[in-house]
Amino acid sequence: MSAMSMVQALNSAIDVMLDRDPDVVIFGEDVGFYGGVFRVTEGLQKKHGDHRVFDAPIAEGGMLGAAVGMGAYGLRPIVEIQFADYIYPATDQLISAAARLRYRSGGEFWAPITVRAPCGGGIFGGQTHSQSVEAIFTHVCGLKTVIPSNPYDAKGLLISAIEDDDPVVFFEPKRLYNGPFDGHPDRPSVPWTQHPQSEVPAGYYTVPLGQAAVVRPGDAVTVLAYGTMVHVALAAAEEAEIDAEVIDLRTLLPLDIDTVVDSVKKTGRCVIAHEATRTCGYGAELAALVQEHCFYHLEAPIVRVTGWDTPYPHIFEWEYFPGPQRVAEGMRRALEG
Amino acid sequence: MDSEISGIRSPSAPGSGDAEPERDRPRLRLHVPKHVPEPDKPPDFSYVPRFAAGAVERPDIGVPAQETHPLAYQLIRVLDDEGAAVGAWDPKLSPDTLRRGLRAMMLTRAYDDRMFRQQRQGKISFYMKCTGEEAIGVGQAFGLAPDDMLFATYRQQGLLIARDWPILDMMCECYSNSHDRLKGRQLPVLYSARAASFFSLAGNLGIQFPQAVGWAMASAIKGDHRIAASWIGEGSTAEPDFHHALTFASVYRAPVILNVVNNQWAISSHQEIAGGEAATFAARAIGFGLASLRVDGNDFLAVCGATQWAAERARNNHGATLIEMFTYRAAPHSTSDDPTRYRPEDEWRTWPYGDPIERLSKHLIRIGEWSPERHTQLEAELVDYVREVGREAESYGTMQTGPHFSVRTMFEDVFKEMPWHLRRQRQELGV
Repeated sequence: MSAMSMVQALNSAIDVMLDRDPDVVIFGEDVGFYGGVFRVTEGLQKKHGDHRVFDAPIAEGGMLGAAVGMGAYGLRPIVEIQFADYIYPATDQLISAAARLRYRSGGEFWAPITVRAPCGGGIFGGQTHSQSVEAIFTHVCGLKTVIPSNPYDAKGLLISAIEDDDPVVFFEPKRLYNGPFDGHPDRPSVPWTQHPQSEVPAGYYTVPLGQAAVVRPGDAVTVLAYGTMVHVALAAAEEAEIDAEVIDLRTLLPLDIDTVVDSVKKTGRCVIAHEATRTCGYGAELAALVQEHCFYHLEAPIVRVTGWDTPYPHIFEWEYFPGPQRVAEGMRRALEG
Repeated sequence: MDSEISGIRSPSAPGSGDAEPERDRPRLRLHVPKHVPEPDKPPDFSYVPRFAAGAVERPDIGVPAQETHPLAYQLIRVLDDEGAAVGAWDPKLSPDTLRRGLRAMMLTRAYDDRMFRQQRQGKISFYMKCTGEEAIGVGQAFGLAPDDMLFATYRQQGLLIARDWPILDMMCECYSNSHDRLKGRQLPVLYSARAASFFSLAGNLGIQFPQAVGWAMASAIKGDHRIAASWIGEGSTAEPDFHHALTFASVYRAPVILNVVNNQWAISSHQEIAGGEAATFAARAIGFGLASLRVDGNDFLAVCGATQWAAERARNNHGATLIEMFTYRAAPHSTSDDPTRYRPEDEWRTWPYGDPIERLSKHLIRIGEWSPERHTQLEAELVDYVREVGREAESYGTMQTGPHFSVRTMFEDVFKEMPWHLRRQRQELGV
């Protein structure tokens, strides 16, 4: 056990898997020699060689296309997309090929690919370095979608994703890379070392896909969150002194529906928080599922606290980002409704 | 915005154009390639360059890619008009092998003809023939090792037939019947045959091209001996996947053969709409530093010889080759279009490079290894054989009548393990 940042935990996960499985390879822009713009692959090429860890041309579609072929050969490729905002050119290969390969070939071929991409805002990245695009992928049948919120989960979930025989889109909230962020940009940043979830085993372990975590038990209202918003929701509950039950979904697809339903049945109230734009966001699916499964337990309308339906604005970062005040306001609405 | 404030000169600002008055400047024109010839005009292949058989030099397999680039503007041909095999590209196949190649091409044509009619009879939903292009699938399969991995399009059924893949299995896929290994999920002709090293066909044009490069990269990463080959239509070379494939093949020197099948037509769009006017498709290799060959795709021996060259080059770590297979799509695009609306009906009969089956047959006859009688007899035998296999396939069901796979299987293989939401949806359907 040692304290790791999320970057170090992700690096450790890839390192462990490169050691354990000779079929694992990783590539992407600036991934090899330099070690990635966020340093997630630092030192891995030197340790594992340039046949396993290498730089790719600036062609996300080409990377995914190559990964599908590598998967068909029998490798387990990990592709790093430098920012989730740049994943769109890869979507044809992800959606039309990787996600459907097992189905369309009657199980003859499959795509054991992990696509890693930093996502989310909070770093003044403007509309090209801040997007949360998870709902595009949860809408695609055949893809799994994962978003960790802390170093321990990040490593365990990434190892599960790499070992999974289906394609997994693995979004890493970049604002959490070097410390938890509770949505207060005016406060000094905190390193992961002071957070219990930064205690990460050096070796192999997994956090299974499809399992949510109750990160704060409570009775008044359920808050469904993932990624950075987990920390924001926790801060909101403390600051507003609301006995919220905060659930970190961790995997969006397949969703841990039982944990969600158990909690909402207990509290009778539900707030859904995500950074992504609201309309047709993942929160829409969560709201639909909660009302399908918990309608007679609900005491109030479900509340969504999300990014606005605009491109991510550069200078209005904190008006856009759904910070603790907005989440607290959402909880109050759910409690009053 | 006011040009003085922004500092950007508007066209009327001083200094922007003091030479010519506006009326004297050339007016810009958009070039839209002409669609020639019109359907009601006689065929016109004046745009097709004529190259003699045996004229193109065969470089050593290890030459720098640049030395192959002049070949992008020539045409590798082996069979001349009299059916003689001439020049350095002759793969020198034994008469037995040549007869097997001829048989595979003829079987491909007989298979296509029957399945096309099955669609017309409503027994399958859709079909695509490769008539006139049989030498590409079959000839290339003969130029590759049996375990080289193939990432084809829907018009290389000859690859499977040349690898002796049972046409019964292919028919069952087309019928989506109870013996369809793809469980009725794919359109007819979108085969998958892992046991024949034949990758699942997508139907999304072009996406297989970078996948083949990735497979080849994996083979190189693992120090394997197998190479990959892929095919794309000239129309789909406009897709980004084509450029991704060439970039990755070039950067990593991947052991892969990338084939552009230029059959002149992408549904109703002539090859000029894909950029065939300004340069050959083989010449796309030049900027990427890949080896380039341009081959008479209706010449079985040239196709096979060029494929052998590219395969040997790849296998010896000299990198990828882009081959343009120059041919003509004699068939409609699919059962869904009417070619008489966009081209002369009998155009393909006048294609300057002939019919691949007739040309190989003529060659075999010329070298005393075949006869017109044997040809006619084999043709009849293959029609009977395809009919017989077809009856067996139909006994396992047709699209129209079934039996099909159980509806329960609709929810399988989306993931390796079925997640809860799919189980619930299956229950909702009541199966």
